[in-house]
Amino acid sequence: MNRFRTDLHIHTVLSPCGDLEMSPVNIIARAKEQNLDIIGITDHNTTRQCGVMCELGNENGIFVLAGAEVTTREEIHCLVFFEKPESLKNFQQYLETHLPFIQNKPSYFGHQLVVDRFDNILEEIDPLLIVGIDQSINEVQQKVLELGGIFIPAHIDRPRNSILSQLGFMPDNLNPDALEISGRSHKDDFLNLHPELNNYRFVRNSDAHIPEQIGRYYSHFFLDHVSFNEIAMALRGEQNRKVTTP
Amino acid sequence: MNVSQLVETLNLTIFSGSRGLNKPIAGGYTSDLLSDVMGNAEEGDVWITLQTHKNVMAIAQLKDLAAVVLVKGLKPDADTLVQSEAEGIPLLGTNEPAFDITGKLYKLIANDSGLTISL
Repeated sequence: MNRFRTDLHIHTVLSPCGDLEMSPVNIIARAKEQNLDIIGITDHNTTRQCGVMCELGNENGIFVLAGAEVTTREEIHCLVFFEKPESLKNFQQYLETHLPFIQNKPSYFGHQLVVDRFDNILEEIDPLLIVGIDQSINEVQQKVLELGGIFIPAHIDRPRNSILSQLGFMPDNLNPDALEISGRSHKDDFLNLHPELNNYRFVRNSDAHIPEQIGRYYSHFFLDHVSFNEIAMALRGEQNRKVTTP
Repeated sequence: MNVSQLVETLNLTIFSGSRGLNKPIAGGYTSDLLSDVMGNAEEGDVWITLQTHKNVMAIAQLKDLAAVVLVKGLKPDADTLVQSEAEGIPLLGTNEPAFDITGKLYKLIANDSGLTISL
């Protein structure tokens, strides 16, 4: 198996809370500096920056996993990723159908900009992207499953917008590919507090909102080669693929 | 006051768990963060929330709550209903928002225990 340095939780300039410096070019440049092999693009409730990110990643030898950070009805954040462009498009339609319209106020929440590879602004998104969609975590997981995607409840160790804060404990009918642990804790310390989660797999990411945060926390993926399926297998701990959280 | 009297007085919908309608009510707790309810609700409380997830009933059972009231006309998830039946903890509903139904519950409990509400 080969080891790949991975950060699956990165916001772009499209997330209202994403810094204006989080342009596709800057993200790729910083990921290279940090020696990342694989990055995940996870804007709040939208996948619309993923196309250009994948193109730039291809050209620069960085594997880009296309996805989003979904806010469920319970206000739980979940990372989701898709392999095929048509699945990503289908999920984008699902998000647009289920996101309630609340006008963004850029002076308060930040701008929501779709940009191209040259940092030209293509569109400013009106609906505030960080609000909860009208779908439960189980419904979101079901949709991701139907589209053959990857489903990872985000920052499980955080006191807000996590499964543990919103639902009290891990529901027994969820079957995530892995759980994300944030930079605020180490996996072993967290598991000492939550031994009931011992059987889950974990991945640690940066949740970067500014370029300097990219890769500050990362995981090692042990894969035969880099592909969506290999990454999914590693998250599920299948066939000797695995993820470690240094 | 028991749950049955509460249902009648506040015109609540009974979704499930009617086996527990004679449970006495000790107090109330209003919150949508299940981790908060786990930590702070007390035995015999009526829990007012907009969360419809199955974990709601598990926590109601864990904390030995009298009943759960879903606000704003929200309907419980299918497996939440099943769990409420299994636990015998009434799962109730109202069209009112949490603020209004909480105010009414507070007043009822205060009257019931002979307290004078001072504002």
